[in-house]
Amino acid sequence: MRSAWKWSLPLAIFVALIVFLYIGLFRDPREVPSPLIGKAAPAFSLRELHAPGKMLTTADMRGKVWLLNVWASWCESCRVEHPLLVQMARENIAPIVGLNYKDKDDLGKAWLAERGDPYAVSVVDADGRVGIDWGVYGVPETFVVDKAGMIRYKQIGPVTADALQNKIVPLIRALQKES
Amino acid sequence: MRVHSMPQNDDARTLIAKTIVMRARSLLAGCAILGALVAATAVAQMSPAPNLDTRLKHLELELRCLVCQNQTLADSNAPLAEDLRREVRELAVAGRSDNEIRAFLTARYGDFVLYDPPVQRNTWLLWFGPFVLLAGGALMWWRIGRTSADELVAPDATPTDERDAAARGQALLK
Repeated sequence: MRSAWKWSLPLAIFVALIVFLYIGLFRDPREVPSPLIGKAAPAFSLRELHAPGKMLTTADMRGKVWLLNVWASWCESCRVEHPLLVQMARENIAPIVGLNYKDKDDLGKAWLAERGDPYAVSVVDADGRVGIDWGVYGVPETFVVDKAGMIRYKQIGPVTADALQNKIVPLIRALQKES
Repeated sequence: MRVHSMPQNDDARTLIAKTIVMRARSLLAGCAILGALVAATAVAQMSPAPNLDTRLKHLELELRCLVCQNQTLADSNAPLAEDLRREVRELAVAGRSDNEIRAFLTARYGDFVLYDPPVQRNTWLLWFGPFVLLAGGALMWWRIGRTSADELVAPDATPTDERDAAARGQALLK
Protein backbone atom coordinates (compact mmCIF):
# COMPACT_ATOMS: atom_id res chain seq x y z
CA MET A 1 0.00 0.00 0.00
CA ARG A 2 2.70 2.46 1.03
CA SER A 3 4.97 1.46 -1.80
CA ALA A 4 2.12 2.02 -4.27
CA TRP A 5 1.89 5.62 -3.05
CA LYS A 6 5.62 6.01 -3.28
CA TRP A 7 5.65 5.77 -7.05
CA SER A 8 2.10 6.77 -7.99
CA LEU A 9 2.13 10.16 -6.25
CA PRO A 10 5.27 11.51 -7.96
CA LEU A 11 3.99 10.08 -11.24
CA ALA A 12 0.65 11.87 -10.81
CA ILE A 13 2.41 15.17 -10.05
CA PHE A 14 4.67 14.67 -13.07
CA VAL A 15 1.73 13.91 -15.39
CA ALA A 16 -0.19 16.96 -14.11
CA LEU A 17 2.85 19.15 -14.75
CA ILE A 18 3.24 17.77 -18.29
CA VAL A 19 -0.46 18.41 -19.01
CA PHE A 20 -0.13 22.03 -17.86
CA LEU A 21 3.02 22.58 -19.89
CA TYR A 22 1.40 20.95 -22.94
CA ILE A 23 -1.63 23.24 -22.72
CA GLY A 24 0.72 26.18 -22.27
CA LEU A 25 2.45 25.33 -25.55
CA PHE A 26 -0.68 26.23 -27.53
CA ARG A 27 -1.71 29.36 -25.69
CA ASP A 28 -0.70 32.73 -27.02
CA PRO A 29 0.58 34.93 -24.20
CA ARG A 30 -0.07 37.98 -26.36
CA GLU A 31 -3.79 37.33 -26.22
CA VAL A 32 -5.03 39.04 -23.11
CA PRO A 33 -8.66 38.10 -22.45
CA SER A 34 -10.80 41.23 -22.41
CA PRO A 35 -12.73 42.00 -19.23
CA LEU A 36 -15.23 43.89 -21.40
CA ILE A 37 -16.87 40.80 -22.89
CA GLY A 38 -20.43 40.56 -21.54
CA LYS A 39 -20.33 44.22 -20.54
CA ALA A 40 -21.80 47.33 -22.14
CA ALA A 41 -19.71 48.67 -25.00
CA PRO A 42 -17.94 51.85 -23.86
CA ALA A 43 -19.82 54.83 -25.25
CA PHE A 44 -18.15 57.08 -27.76
CA SER A 45 -19.05 60.04 -29.92
CA LEU A 46 -16.61 60.32 -32.79
CA ARG A 47 -16.36 62.29 -35.96
CA GLU A 48 -16.83 60.40 -39.20
CA LEU A 49 -13.85 59.98 -41.48
CA HIS A 50 -15.72 60.75 -44.69
CA ALA A 51 -18.04 63.42 -43.24
CA PRO A 52 -16.07 65.36 -40.63
CA GLY A 53 -19.13 67.39 -39.65
CA LYS A 54 -21.06 64.30 -38.63
CA MET A 55 -20.66 62.40 -35.38
CA LEU A 56 -21.39 58.75 -34.76
CA THR A 57 -22.28 57.65 -31.24
CA THR A 58 -22.67 54.15 -29.83
CA ALA A 59 -26.34 55.00 -29.20
CA ASP A 60 -26.85 55.27 -32.99
CA MET A 61 -26.08 51.56 -33.27
CA ARG A 62 -28.71 50.45 -30.73
CA GLY A 63 -30.99 47.68 -31.97
CA LYS A 64 -28.44 46.35 -34.44
CA VAL A 65 -25.85 43.64 -34.17
CA TRP A 66 -22.69 45.36 -35.35
CA LEU A 67 -18.94 45.03 -35.47
CA LEU A 68 -16.29 47.48 -34.45
CA ASN A 69 -13.10 46.95 -36.40
CA VAL A 70 -10.04 48.83 -35.16
CA TRP A 71 -7.64 49.53 -38.00
CA ALA A 72 -5.02 51.96 -39.26
CA SER A 73 -3.23 52.60 -42.54
CA TRP A 74 0.10 51.96 -40.78
CA CYS A 75 -1.02 48.54 -39.59
CA GLU A 76 0.50 45.65 -41.51
CA SER A 77 -1.82 42.85 -40.42
CA CYS A 78 -4.87 44.98 -41.23
CA ARG A 79 -3.99 44.28 -44.87
CA VAL A 80 -4.29 40.57 -44.18
CA GLU A 81 -7.80 40.70 -42.77
CA HIS A 82 -9.09 43.42 -45.06
CA PRO A 83 -10.29 41.21 -47.98
CA LEU A 84 -12.31 39.16 -45.48
CA LEU A 85 -14.02 42.28 -44.17
CA VAL A 86 -14.77 43.45 -47.71
CA GLN A 87 -16.24 40.03 -48.44
CA MET A 88 -18.31 40.20 -45.27
CA ALA A 89 -19.65 43.61 -46.18
CA ARG A 90 -20.59 42.34 -49.63
CA GLU A 91 -22.59 39.52 -48.05
CA ASN A 92 -24.34 42.05 -45.81
CA ILE A 93 -23.82 40.01 -42.67
CA ALA A 94 -23.74 42.93 -40.24
CA PRO A 95 -22.74 46.59 -40.36
CA ILE A 96 -19.05 47.11 -39.62
CA VAL A 97 -17.97 50.34 -37.99
CA GLY A 98 -14.33 51.11 -38.76
CA LEU A 99 -12.39 52.78 -35.99
CA ASN A 100 -9.48 54.53 -37.69
CA TYR A 101 -7.03 54.34 -34.80
CA LYS A 102 -4.23 56.91 -34.42
CA ASP A 103 -4.08 57.57 -38.10
CA LYS A 104 -4.07 60.55 -40.44
CA ASP A 105 -7.36 61.21 -42.22
CA ASP A 106 -5.95 61.41 -45.75
CA LEU A 107 -3.83 58.29 -45.29
CA GLY A 108 -6.83 56.40 -43.97
CA LYS A 109 -9.04 57.56 -46.82
CA ALA A 110 -6.43 56.69 -49.45
CA TRP A 111 -6.01 53.25 -47.90
CA LEU A 112 -9.76 52.57 -48.13
CA ALA A 113 -9.98 53.96 -51.65
CA GLU A 114 -7.22 51.60 -52.74
CA ARG A 115 -8.38 48.42 -51.00
CA GLY A 116 -12.14 48.80 -50.85
CA ASP A 117 -14.23 50.19 -48.02
CA PRO A 118 -16.08 47.53 -46.03
CA TYR A 119 -17.29 49.95 -43.39
CA ALA A 120 -20.85 51.17 -42.95
CA VAL A 121 -19.28 54.14 -41.18
CA SER A 122 -15.66 55.02 -40.49
CA VAL A 123 -14.93 57.04 -37.37
CA VAL A 124 -11.72 58.75 -36.30
CA ASP A 125 -9.93 58.05 -33.03
CA ALA A 126 -6.91 60.24 -33.67
CA ASP A 127 -5.43 60.22 -30.15
CA GLY A 128 -6.41 56.67 -29.26
CA ARG A 129 -8.61 57.52 -26.29
CA VAL A 130 -11.61 55.52 -27.45
CA GLY A 131 -9.19 52.68 -28.13
CA ILE A 132 -8.12 52.76 -24.49
CA ASP A 133 -11.75 52.76 -23.36
CA TRP A 134 -12.33 49.64 -25.43
CA GLY A 135 -9.19 47.97 -24.07
CA VAL A 136 -7.44 48.05 -27.44
CA TYR A 137 -3.75 47.20 -27.15
CA GLY A 138 -2.92 46.35 -30.72
CA VAL A 139 -4.32 46.81 -34.19
CA PRO A 140 -6.34 45.14 -35.65
CA GLU A 141 -8.98 44.17 -33.14
CA THR A 142 -12.61 43.40 -33.85
CA PHE A 143 -15.56 43.47 -31.46
CA VAL A 144 -19.04 42.02 -31.90
CA VAL A 145 -21.70 44.14 -30.21
CA ASP A 146 -25.25 42.91 -29.73
CA LYS A 147 -28.58 44.76 -30.12
CA ALA A 148 -28.55 45.88 -26.49
CA GLY A 149 -25.09 47.40 -26.92
CA MET A 150 -23.17 44.66 -25.12
CA ILE A 151 -19.79 43.38 -26.27
CA ARG A 152 -20.11 39.67 -27.00
CA TYR A 153 -16.84 38.77 -28.67
CA LYS A 154 -13.39 40.18 -29.28
CA GLN A 155 -10.99 39.11 -31.99
CA ILE A 156 -7.44 40.04 -31.07
CA GLY A 157 -5.29 40.39 -34.15
CA PRO A 158 -6.52 39.92 -37.72
CA VAL A 159 -9.86 38.27 -38.40
CA THR A 160 -9.14 34.88 -39.97
CA ALA A 161 -11.33 32.90 -42.34
CA ASP A 162 -11.51 30.22 -39.66
CA ALA A 163 -12.63 32.62 -36.91
CA LEU A 164 -15.12 34.21 -39.26
CA GLN A 165 -16.66 30.92 -40.32
CA ASN A 166 -16.67 29.15 -36.98
CA LYS A 167 -17.14 31.93 -34.45
CA ILE A 168 -18.01 35.38 -35.69
CA VAL A 169 -20.65 34.73 -38.35
CA PRO A 170 -22.52 32.04 -36.31
CA LEU A 171 -22.46 34.39 -33.31
CA ILE A 172 -23.83 37.31 -35.37
CA ARG A 173 -26.60 35.09 -36.75
CA ALA A 174 -27.55 33.95 -33.26
CA LEU A 175 -27.48 37.48 -31.87
CA GLN A 176 -29.62 38.79 -34.74
CA LYS A 177 -32.33 36.30 -33.73
CA GLU A 178 -32.40 37.73 -30.21
CA SER A 179 -35.10 40.33 -29.74
CA MET B 1 31.34 99.93 47.63
CA ARG B 2 30.48 97.12 45.39
CA VAL B 3 33.27 95.80 43.30
CA HIS B 4 30.92 94.29 40.91
CA SER B 5 29.31 97.31 39.40
CA MET B 6 25.78 97.35 38.13
CA PRO B 7 23.96 100.32 36.74
CA GLN B 8 21.98 101.68 39.58
CA ASN B 9 20.12 104.67 38.33
CA ASP B 10 16.67 104.63 36.78
CA ASP B 11 17.96 105.58 33.32
CA ALA B 12 20.17 102.58 33.28
CA ARG B 13 17.29 100.36 34.41
CA THR B 14 15.01 101.54 31.60
CA LEU B 15 17.86 101.01 29.17
CA ILE B 16 18.18 97.40 30.27
CA ALA B 17 14.43 96.92 30.04
CA LYS B 18 14.39 98.44 26.58
CA THR B 19 17.22 96.20 25.43
CA ILE B 20 15.46 93.11 26.76
CA VAL B 21 12.24 94.09 24.98
CA MET B 22 14.14 94.71 21.75
CA ARG B 23 15.96 91.42 21.99
CA ALA B 24 12.72 89.61 22.63
CA ARG B 25 11.12 91.35 19.70
CA SER B 26 13.90 90.39 17.31
CA LEU B 27 13.76 86.84 18.65
CA LEU B 28 10.03 86.74 18.07
CA ALA B 29 10.48 88.17 14.60
CA GLY B 30 13.13 85.54 13.88
CA CYS B 31 10.80 82.82 15.08
CA ALA B 32 8.02 84.18 12.94
CA ILE B 33 10.24 84.24 9.83
CA LEU B 34 11.46 80.73 10.54
CA GLY B 35 7.89 79.56 11.11
CA ALA B 36 6.75 81.13 7.88
CA LEU B 37 9.61 79.44 6.02
CA VAL B 38 8.73 76.05 7.49
CA ALA B 39 5.08 76.57 6.61
CA ALA B 40 6.01 77.61 3.09
CA THR B 41 8.03 74.45 2.51
CA ALA B 42 5.20 72.36 3.95
CA VAL B 43 2.75 74.00 1.56
CA ALA B 44 5.15 73.44 -1.31
CA GLN B 45 5.33 69.76 -0.42
CA MET B 46 1.56 69.46 -0.22
CA SER B 47 0.96 71.02 -3.61
CA PRO B 48 0.69 68.34 -6.34
CA ALA B 49 3.45 69.51 -8.65
CA PRO B 50 6.64 68.13 -7.08
CA ASN B 51 5.05 64.94 -5.75
CA LEU B 52 3.01 64.03 -8.79
CA ASP B 53 6.01 62.82 -10.77
CA THR B 54 7.24 60.48 -8.06
CA ARG B 55 3.72 59.21 -7.46
CA LEU B 56 3.18 58.57 -11.16
CA LYS B 57 6.56 56.89 -11.47
CA HIS B 58 5.66 54.62 -8.58
CA LEU B 59 2.30 53.76 -10.11
CA GLU B 60 3.70 53.22 -13.59
CA LEU B 61 6.27 50.78 -12.24
CA GLU B 62 3.53 48.44 -11.08
CA LEU B 63 1.56 48.57 -14.32
CA ARG B 64 2.30 46.36 -17.30
CA CYS B 65 2.70 47.62 -20.82
CA LEU B 66 0.39 45.45 -22.91
CA VAL B 67 2.45 45.74 -26.06
CA CYS B 68 5.84 44.73 -24.69
CA GLN B 69 4.52 42.55 -21.94
CA ASN B 70 7.68 42.20 -19.94
CA GLN B 71 8.06 45.92 -19.49
CA THR B 72 6.33 48.24 -17.11
CA LEU B 73 4.41 51.26 -18.26
CA ALA B 74 7.25 53.40 -16.93
CA ASP B 75 9.92 51.58 -18.96
CA SER B 76 8.16 51.09 -22.26
CA ASN B 77 8.51 53.31 -25.29
CA ALA B 78 5.57 51.75 -27.09
CA PRO B 79 3.03 54.30 -28.34
CA LEU B 80 0.30 52.62 -26.32
CA ALA B 81 2.42 52.94 -23.17
CA GLU B 82 2.79 56.65 -23.90
CA ASP B 83 -0.97 56.98 -24.29
CA LEU B 84 -1.59 55.07 -21.08
CA ARG B 85 0.94 57.20 -19.20
CA ARG B 86 -0.88 60.28 -20.46
CA GLU B 87 -4.18 58.78 -19.32
CA VAL B 88 -2.77 57.91 -15.88
CA ARG B 89 -1.34 61.41 -15.49
CA GLU B 90 -4.62 63.04 -16.43
CA LEU B 91 -6.53 60.88 -13.95
CA ALA B 92 -4.03 61.73 -11.22
CA VAL B 93 -4.24 65.44 -11.97
CA ALA B 94 -8.03 65.15 -11.86
CA GLY B 95 -7.60 63.98 -8.29
CA ARG B 96 -8.23 60.25 -8.68
CA SER B 97 -6.59 57.98 -6.13
CA ASP B 98 -4.07 55.29 -7.07
CA ASN B 99 -6.71 52.63 -6.53
CA GLU B 100 -9.15 54.40 -8.82
CA ILE B 101 -6.48 54.62 -11.50
CA ARG B 102 -5.72 50.90 -11.14
CA ALA B 103 -9.45 50.17 -11.37
CA PHE B 104 -9.68 52.30 -14.52
CA LEU B 105 -7.01 50.19 -16.19
CA THR B 106 -8.18 46.77 -14.97
CA ALA B 107 -11.73 47.56 -16.17
CA ARG B 108 -10.28 47.93 -19.68
CA TYR B 109 -7.35 45.55 -19.80
CA GLY B 110 -8.01 43.06 -17.00
CA ASP B 111 -5.86 42.09 -14.03
CA PHE B 112 -3.04 41.41 -16.47
CA VAL B 113 -2.02 45.08 -16.34
CA LEU B 114 -1.12 44.71 -12.67
CA TYR B 115 2.34 43.33 -12.02
CA ASP B 116 1.16 42.43 -8.52
CA PRO B 117 -1.85 40.18 -9.12
CA PRO B 118 -4.68 40.56 -6.59
CA VAL B 119 -5.40 37.66 -4.22
CA GLN B 120 -8.68 36.22 -5.46
CA ARG B 121 -10.08 32.80 -6.19
CA ASN B 122 -8.40 32.31 -9.57
CA THR B 123 -5.02 33.38 -8.21
CA TRP B 124 -5.04 31.20 -5.07
CA LEU B 125 -2.91 28.58 -6.79
CA LEU B 126 -0.45 31.29 -7.83
CA TRP B 127 -0.21 32.83 -4.36
CA PHE B 128 -0.42 29.76 -2.14
CA GLY B 129 0.81 27.00 -4.47
CA PRO B 130 4.50 27.55 -3.65
CA PHE B 131 3.78 27.29 0.07
CA VAL B 132 1.80 24.08 -0.48
CA LEU B 133 4.76 22.66 -2.44
CA LEU B 134 7.15 23.77 0.30
CA ALA B 135 5.02 22.10 2.97
CA GLY B 136 4.82 18.93 0.84
CA GLY B 137 8.60 18.93 0.40
CA ALA B 138 9.12 19.44 4.14
CA LEU B 139 6.77 16.56 4.91
CA MET B 140 8.62 14.24 2.52
CA TRP B 141 11.97 15.29 3.94
CA TRP B 142 10.78 14.59 7.46
CA ARG B 143 9.37 11.17 6.53
CA ILE B 144 12.51 10.11 4.65
CA GLY B 145 14.64 11.28 7.55
CA ARG B 146 12.57 9.28 10.00
CA THR B 147 12.69 6.01 8.02
CA SER B 148 16.46 6.14 7.58
CA ALA B 149 16.86 6.82 11.30
CA ASP B 150 14.72 3.74 11.97
CA GLU B 151 16.98 1.66 9.73
CA LEU B 152 20.10 2.89 11.57
CA VAL B 153 18.92 1.77 14.99
CA ALA B 154 17.60 -1.54 13.68
CA PRO B 155 19.35 -4.53 15.41
CA ASP B 156 20.39 -6.12 12.11
CA ALA B 157 22.19 -3.02 11.02
CA THR B 158 25.68 -3.89 9.78
CA PRO B 159 28.11 -4.16 12.71
CA THR B 160 30.91 -1.66 12.56
CA ASP B 161 34.54 -2.65 12.11
CA GLU B 162 35.31 -1.30 15.54
CA ARG B 163 32.77 -3.61 17.10
CA ASP B 164 34.32 -6.56 15.24
CA ALA B 165 37.78 -5.56 16.32
CA ALA B 166 36.68 -5.19 19.91
CA ALA B 167 35.09 -8.63 19.84
CA ARG B 168 38.26 -10.17 18.38
CA GLY B 169 40.34 -8.41 21.00
CA GLN B 170 38.19 -9.77 23.77
CA ALA B 171 38.51 -13.26 22.29
CA LEU B 172 42.33 -12.97 22.17
CA LEU B 173 42.53 -11.81 25.79
CA LYS B 174 40.64 -14.83 27.07
